[in-house]
Amino acid sequence: MAELLSVRGLSVDFVTDGGVAQVLDGISLDVGYGEVVGLVGESGCGKTTLARAILGILPTGPARIRGGVVRFKGEDLLRQDPAVVNDRVRGRAITFIPQDPSTSFSPVFPVETQIMDLMKWKSPRAASGGGPRAAWSRYPRERHRADRDAVLETLRAVQIPEPARALRRLPHEFSGGQRQRLMIAMALLPRPDLIIADEPTTSLDVTIQAQILRLLRELVKERGVSVLFTTHDLGTAYEICDRVVVMYAGQEMEAAPAEAFFGRPAHPYTRRLLASVPTGSGELRDIPGEVPSLVAPPSGCRFHPRCDDATPECRAGRPALRVLARDHEVRCHHPVDGSGA
Amino acid sequence: MSVSPTPLLELVDLARYFPVRNAFGRRTGWIRAVDGVSLAVWPGETLGLVGESGCGKSTLGKTVMGIHPPTAGDIRFAGREIGRLPARERRAIAKNLQYVYQDPGASLDPRWKIVHSLHEPLKIHTRLSRAEREEQVRAILAAVGLPGAHLDLYPHELSGGQQRRVGLARILTLRPRMVILDEPTSGLDVSVQASVLKLFRSLQEAFALTYVFISHDLAVVRAMCSRIAVMYLGRIVELGETAAVFEGPRHPYTRSLLAAVPRIGGRRVTLDFALEGEPPNPRDVPSGCRFRTRCPLVQDVCVAEEPTLREVEGRRVACHFA
Repeated sequence: MAELLSVRGLSVDFVTDGGVAQVLDGISLDVGYGEVVGLVGESGCGKTTLARAILGILPTGPARIRGGVVRFKGEDLLRQDPAVVNDRVRGRAITFIPQDPSTSFSPVFPVETQIMDLMKWKSPRAASGGGPRAAWSRYPRERHRADRDAVLETLRAVQIPEPARALRRLPHEFSGGQRQRLMIAMALLPRPDLIIADEPTTSLDVTIQAQILRLLRELVKERGVSVLFTTHDLGTAYEICDRVVVMYAGQEMEAAPAEAFFGRPAHPYTRRLLASVPTGSGELRDIPGEVPSLVAPPSGCRFHPRCDDATPECRAGRPALRVLARDHEVRCHHPVDGSGA
Repeated sequence: MSVSPTPLLELVDLARYFPVRNAFGRRTGWIRAVDGVSLAVWPGETLGLVGESGCGKSTLGKTVMGIHPPTAGDIRFAGREIGRLPARERRAIAKNLQYVYQDPGASLDPRWKIVHSLHEPLKIHTRLSRAEREEQVRAILAAVGLPGAHLDLYPHELSGGQQRRVGLARILTLRPRMVILDEPTSGLDVSVQASVLKLFRSLQEAFALTYVFISHDLAVVRAMCSRIAVMYLGRIVELGETAAVFEGPRHPYTRSLLAAVPRIGGRRVTLDFALEGEPPNPRDVPSGCRFRTRCPLVQDVCVAEEPTLREVEGRRVACHFA
């Protein structure tokens, strides 16, 4: 299958006071057409940096791209003219759902102003290209009307009651769940090929989370949009993802279809992570040790200092990605046999 | 859990309202954050307090702690009413009743060495000599799993997890009998969460602590608590043994709440999760049963009459149809 998004060997460094941190170290990741891919890992593993690198919004001061390719619909976004990426890709072909919807809206403008401002530049009807456009350039009345209809329809699709009245309200008049619905609507409106959702349900209660996940899954399947869904919550990933990639300390450790990932995890880190989710039995299993410093990462496999099965081989060399089954890859010298045991 | 004759903490019809004022400072209504809660916490147990944001679970914890004075009702700690004590007498209770915020490490003074932070509560609340304090502090530090050498460090020299341990040590130096844990693991990664929960368990055993565990994370509550109380809009809707409540929830709200939790390996909850809408504004509580606006079982009686918390098969449920 041709991939929509294909990241190959992406390495990103951050220059910090304490030295150069290798935040992403040779990451590879694919997102197919219409596929929901979960990117899971603990805080600091680099999942947000990866999402930002794909969107081309790394903080320009400290971040340095050391190497790699981000291929989206056949073109390398890292080597493309930034103005072209800004015009055609970011906010149009690839949109973004942030973690915290309350800080993503301006508190002083009604929702309508903010959504129509997005539509002015990024609606599917807005022509791309055409040189620099000033903020005061005209919004043609015909297009405004058509775009506003599309906004109302999309608000209905994300189940905002009375969309026309809702548009007149200020962001604080909506609950957290409603604001996240507005964010999903805004991510869908430019008719993207890919939505990058960065922990979109982390700040919500479980009942609201279940509603939002269901809505998101239905909408993306209906519209054939691909989603890259970052989360630290494995339960959420289980709910929504077709395929899961787990990251640790800036490297991808395992990538597998959801069923194999949760049913037959092969990487010791994946297994420990899944085991640390509390279950009904009341048994608690943590992962001893702490996430390593990225300024001086461990030699070889970055997980070896915390791994029960580490051998001298693990300290010596970084394991290559190994294919266990179709679509099931693992970066480990001693993957656990997938057949059980 | 051994049942002793008197509960360590007993709440009787506890209420805490917050006034809503308009631009001229005139009161236009009340937010009934906690509205008639009665429960008992027995020595040595862990009572879970769960519910969605805005249900009043943190307000309940803070009212018990004395951070908010109660609007009505009694708080009895070890048999004594403490809700209306004068400040001086209330302070004496603080030694036995401690509160842990989401990130206990964040409450450390950045300009104080750890040793200073750990001695402070003992200076305020006890008459121990310096040497006795030092001994106590070292014992606590070892109990939370930190080396004695850390005493001479400043908070910024510790990792986030270690700061958290110091924050807990600071609370435990007074040897409290009861600790209220308010969302102690939210925002943590699962692997770190597991070690923090393990620490809570070992401390409970070592210091014979009684916990009130406030959390919105049902999986964590299930792993930690012997009994749970489910709150909705300022009231307890279901209260019982954790295992029994998780296996057979009686209140429709508890049922929906449990159904919303993703279970790895189980059926995807997004396939058939049914609870629509969001909790109503606590300023505008529905008449009758507070859950009726979202309840799948709603009948006329639910609009007319508020169900009381009544005994149903060994637990208490506030529903006409339980």
